[in-house]
Amino acid sequence: MTPLLQVDNLRIELTTRDGVAPVIDDLSLQLNAGETLSFVGESGCGKSMTALALMGLLPEGVGRVASGKILFDGEDLTQASDARLREIRGNEISMIFQEPMTSLNPVYTIGEQIAEVLRRHQNLSKKAAWNKAIELLDAVRIPNPSARVSDYPHQMSGGQRQLVMIAIALACEPKILIADEPTTALDVTVQAQIFDLLRDLGREFGTAIILITHDMGAVADMAERMIVMYAGRKAEAGPVEQVIEHPRHPYTKGLISCVPHLIATLTEERPELTEVAGIVPSLRDFGRDQCLFASRCDRADQQCKSSRPPEIEFDDGQSSACWHAEQL
Amino acid sequence: MNYLLPVIQRIFYAVMLLVAVLILNFSMLHLAPGDIADTIAQASGGASPEMMAQIRQDYGLDQPFLVQLGQYIGKVLTFDLGYSFFYNQPVTTLIFEKLPATLLLVITAQLLALLLGVFLGVFSARNPKGIVSYLVTFIALFGYAAPVFWTGILLLIAFSLKIQLFPVAGMIDVTVEGGWFVRALDIARHMVLPVLTLSSIFLALYSRLCRASMMEVLGSDYIRTAKAKGLSERQITYKHALKNSLSPVVTLAGLQFSAVVSGAVLVETVFSWPGLGTLALQSIIARDTPTILGILFFSALVVIVGNLITDLVLRLIDPRVGKSS
Repeated sequence: MTPLLQVDNLRIELTTRDGVAPVIDDLSLQLNAGETLSFVGESGCGKSMTALALMGLLPEGVGRVASGKILFDGEDLTQASDARLREIRGNEISMIFQEPMTSLNPVYTIGEQIAEVLRRHQNLSKKAAWNKAIELLDAVRIPNPSARVSDYPHQMSGGQRQLVMIAIALACEPKILIADEPTTALDVTVQAQIFDLLRDLGREFGTAIILITHDMGAVADMAERMIVMYAGRKAEAGPVEQVIEHPRHPYTKGLISCVPHLIATLTEERPELTEVAGIVPSLRDFGRDQCLFASRCDRADQQCKSSRPPEIEFDDGQSSACWHAEQL
Repeated sequence: MNYLLPVIQRIFYAVMLLVAVLILNFSMLHLAPGDIADTIAQASGGASPEMMAQIRQDYGLDQPFLVQLGQYIGKVLTFDLGYSFFYNQPVTTLIFEKLPATLLLVITAQLLALLLGVFLGVFSARNPKGIVSYLVTFIALFGYAAPVFWTGILLLIAFSLKIQLFPVAGMIDVTVEGGWFVRALDIARHMVLPVLTLSSIFLALYSRLCRASMMEVLGSDYIRTAKAKGLSERQITYKHALKNSLSPVVTLAGLQFSAVVSGAVLVETVFSWPGLGTLALQSIIARDTPTILGILFFSALVVIVGNLITDLVLRLIDPRVGKSS
């Protein structure tokens, strides 16, 4: 079976004041239909840039795909025309964002903003699109949808706005939904609600989900496979349970030990809460031929500082870019 | 109902404001030395104190200030603005004769500046490094820097004198004969230069503001959402971005309405446009108090109505306006 989405050796370059830096370097991944894949990593590690690249929405004049392929159903999106990308966006691949408070247009009703995407991609009439918008509001569990449909965004809470964003994203029953930190700006009770909804609707529509987050708990709950990113490079990838139980990269290990409840539920013991010491290297150092995590790693040796570790594949589907992966 | 109540409230405030303007105008002119009796006496080459007293009694000037003020407001409320001895006509008649010409000039100039300003602003926001963007910056600098009467005179020299495209002065050619269409065409020909002159400053203001607010809006999260929906560039610009970036432009246009009216005084003078501005200048020179008061009243009325309309338009553009309080 060919995967729904296959990314091969993707390199994304950002033009900054200090020159060109690879914000994503040599990233490969596969996403099968209907599965949930999670992207984990600190701020600035390139998670969101990958998402924008998949949508063809890299900031114009600043970011560009330098090399590599993004194959969606066998079609290379890096070579697709703008018109073709617009056909795919919101229809076959859609996205929800981190900032529900500002992601909806304040001067149009939410009904109009949902109906618009239906008119654009499914050629529904005004009336039919509006009725479908009410159905979608019901599907994302907004109470009293036929009244709320003519509300403006400022009349809704942050959580409700994110529900509306999900309704917009799922309106055309896309094959892939990219959720870029969908709950970061929301409070905990709403977070659980959003994740439940994403999981249920993902199953109902057969939509594959790429969940970008730094919430390891959400990853454990939601995803089948995960990719840990560090400084624009893939650090580790594999099935979620396996990676959490037996991380094969010191950075993943550090990330997991930062989450107390995760360890408590999995191993029933409560070690000291730790942090990953040190800071992420600056963007300008991203291209260096070394392990970028070496400066924060207690296992780092001369080899780590002088050449970039290759990706080591394990039999069980896990892979790790660490010189010491086998000893971990 | 939700929409109507605040509107009625706004109209009530507008009327109260107008009464305040009336009281202020009247009081200030009352404080100024000299009155109609002095002017009449001067015009007729001197008068005895008895005659002066007689004139003051005739005009009700011997009454206490508050009584005079009350009488004036009472008269204004019945649309009686007094009698101009200089023009020998009721002020109301005088103003209604000139008002249409001014309104025509002011509204056309304002609309032109708004439409063209928004268009240029949007265009240059989409191509910030394009030639139009630099053109907008140039127009803006020129519009800010050049005094409006100087722009007017330059346009006159260029397009009436050197290239005889447009008439030098006035609103309509007395020799023109024909139906309403021919006359309208002639008025339009006379309007070109004054309207261009008057709109030049505001065009600069609006295009700059629209460019800035459009660029800000184009970088916002909901524009990214619109792109993620697969909408076309045109839908994103004109549906999602424009409506959001219009609010500051409309607000400024409303505030500038008073400036447009006062700018009309200068422009009308340069182009001998037979409107309120020309009338105002002449009656100030002639110390024709009732006419000045009347014109002040009407300018205030135009500005207040302009602001009221702005307020209502803003409510239509942005559903959040007036909801928070």
